[in-house]
Amino acid sequence: MHAGCVSNGASSPPPTAPGATADPAEVARSVVAAHRGDRGALLPILHGVQHALGYVPTEVVPVIAAELNLSRADVHGVVSFYRDFRRTSPGRTVVGLCRAEACQAVGADALAAQVEARLGVECGATRADGGVTLDEVFCLGNCALGPAAIVDGRVLGRVTVDTVAALVDSPADAPAGSPAQPEGVGA
Amino acid sequence: MSRTVYVPRDSAARSVGADGVAARVGQAAAGADGVTLVRNGSRGLLWLEPLVEVSVDGGPRHAFGPVAPRDVAGLLEAGLLDADPADPSSALAGHPLHLGETEKLEWLASQNRLTFGRVGVVDPLSADDYLAHGGTEGLRKALSMAPEEVVAEVTASGLRGRGGAGFPAGVKWKTVADATADIKFICCNADEGDSGTFADRMLLEGDPFSTIEGMTVAASAVGAREGYVYIRSEYPDAVATLTSAVEIAYARGWLGENILGSGLDFDLFVRVGAGAYICGEETSMLESLEGKRAVVRAKPPLPALQGLFGRPTVVNNLLTLATVPAVLSGGAQAYADLGVGRSRGTQVFQVAGNVRQGGIVETAFGVTLGELVERWGGGTASGRPVRAVQVGGPLGAYLPPSRFDLPMDYEAFAAVKAMVGHGGVVVFDDTVDMAVMARFAMHFCAEESCGKCTPCRIGATRGVETLDRIRAGVDREKNLALLDDLCTLMTDGSLCAMGGLTPMPVRSAIEHWPEDFHREPVPVSIGRHRPGRDAASAGPVYTPANASVAASLGAPAGSAPSTNEEVAP
Repeated sequence: MHAGCVSNGASSPPPTAPGATADPAEVARSVVAAHRGDRGALLPILHGVQHALGYVPTEVVPVIAAELNLSRADVHGVVSFYRDFRRTSPGRTVVGLCRAEACQAVGADALAAQVEARLGVECGATRADGGVTLDEVFCLGNCALGPAAIVDGRVLGRVTVDTVAALVDSPADAPAGSPAQPEGVGA
Repeated sequence: MSRTVYVPRDSAARSVGADGVAARVGQAAAGADGVTLVRNGSRGLLWLEPLVEVSVDGGPRHAFGPVAPRDVAGLLEAGLLDADPADPSSALAGHPLHLGETEKLEWLASQNRLTFGRVGVVDPLSADDYLAHGGTEGLRKALSMAPEEVVAEVTASGLRGRGGAGFPAGVKWKTVADATADIKFICCNADEGDSGTFADRMLLEGDPFSTIEGMTVAASAVGAREGYVYIRSEYPDAVATLTSAVEIAYARGWLGENILGSGLDFDLFVRVGAGAYICGEETSMLESLEGKRAVVRAKPPLPALQGLFGRPTVVNNLLTLATVPAVLSGGAQAYADLGVGRSRGTQVFQVAGNVRQGGIVETAFGVTLGELVERWGGGTASGRPVRAVQVGGPLGAYLPPSRFDLPMDYEAFAAVKAMVGHGGVVVFDDTVDMAVMARFAMHFCAEESCGKCTPCRIGATRGVETLDRIRAGVDREKNLALLDDLCTLMTDGSLCAMGGLTPMPVRSAIEHWPEDFHREPVPVSIGRHRPGRDAASAGPVYTPANASVAASLGAPAGSAPSTNEEVAP
């Protein structure tokens, strides 16, 4: 089903604590504890884990399963069903390009090709230097101001390749600096 | 002298710089006397975003747009914070971005804003603003009536489900009301995944209390105790706004125990989707709310009888529920007086895609497609002729300009094998290749199918491959016949609208633009995501040169190699 170029969760907010220090199992247990008593809480729990860790590591699946008295297959099935849930760590910046019809009508396909070339990463992948993850999304509800994109949880309209490139670190060998804000979008 | 400056917080406005505008205006306003900055929803004139408004001493609001952050300095200089835009001699009135009085803009004045009555007008998170603009009137009326009277009122209004299927809301409510159970639920479907639709998002971001109120009315009518709003994760701003609004509603006694002193108890929870289009289908949304894979359920049993956690459940689209308070406060008859045929009241149309003046057009049913595209939409943004319009999202038909006389009405659209759906209208200019769009429809279905039923899960993938062969020039007539057969199978055999309606855009493209399926053959790697671009890494590649070879190998007609197979001559 969710194969091919489509990948995980461009719309998820950027992680608060990307990976390294927290013990994933402990994080998962504390997230589960916060949702104790909620009905059918698996999705909110997985969102919570991904928010804390940036993705849903394989090792938390049995932890969540045990806490919720579900089978590991149940939890794995849900993690793998939904596009949002990543199973590997995302890049420092997560870019989602809208590929749905309304954005196609204003050149989203050509934009995607330009962005792939400029950022040096294919749609659905994370660049080797970890600088950026490029995803496809199907509709951000910004269909009158397309092409639309979402960068680290922030929706952008009338997007050009320059808009996106300005928000993403240059590929590894280029010096990493604070990217310039594109005109008309910045605060 | 007091003055209010409005800069929208709607994510469409933010996507083109509204936060930068607000920051600059706010900075200047901090040093000025009597200036209030309000972050309102969007008026829905999206091509003019960021649309800034100014009201002096509570007078009529004047609009300026589109205001980029770099325009703010000039507006301040012209007197944004001290001149009267109503005075024609002022520099502010003469500013090139001055559009005039907002309410008198023809684009807006010609609409009938009912569901969207407060959107763009109020501060979305001000409970007092909500009250001042008629908020809670519908709920108070409902709480003064017997539950069965509320159901009867909603039925009499003719209000139909705005999610796309158009099922009468009152009939659904009555089924739930008549059921007995330990607990009943109200579920609001805000999983607005159709491309070209954004009404749910704008309503949540611009007037979240109306949804809360509508759900509470539904709860009082059917005897529900808990409600869930399922919002897609692609709408982070809408999630944040509604979450804040729910907290405020609890604090005001609009949610929780003994609502407005009526004895009604109702709790509301906001749930966020996870990137699955199928969750717009009501039963898969229920599965998702239960914490499961969003796999479609067979019906019966109806969700009204065995819905969330197996209990009687009202599942309505957000627009339906948010319209309920207006139906009650204005009266069923007033609502039913609008519209045509069996499509009563107003619909919130969304004009999008390659269009000059995209945005929200709320008007009574019966407006024609052409009026939406040309009168409000103003034609294409590219300035080229309109070639196709897709109405009703990815599962809706593509219609040519020769159908522009079609009235927006559930039955009139159904009669020409199209659908109104959630009211999205996506415009394409004459550069569109309809064979590519037909392929995308199948591809989207293959990506988003929940996998439960075979016609959808397998059929969509076969549909992509068949369309690729057609584009590659492989046995075109045979493959078009095969595709038609496949469309019939998917329509008749799929469990839900995903597989059942995907043939609609495909067939409409073939019907109206047959020439696009008979163009010069293009090199296509069959079944690959992006035809032609990654041919080197793909499986079999049909080009015009080898098409006859491919045909002689036994392709197409089901025996052609699929993506995962190598050609073995």
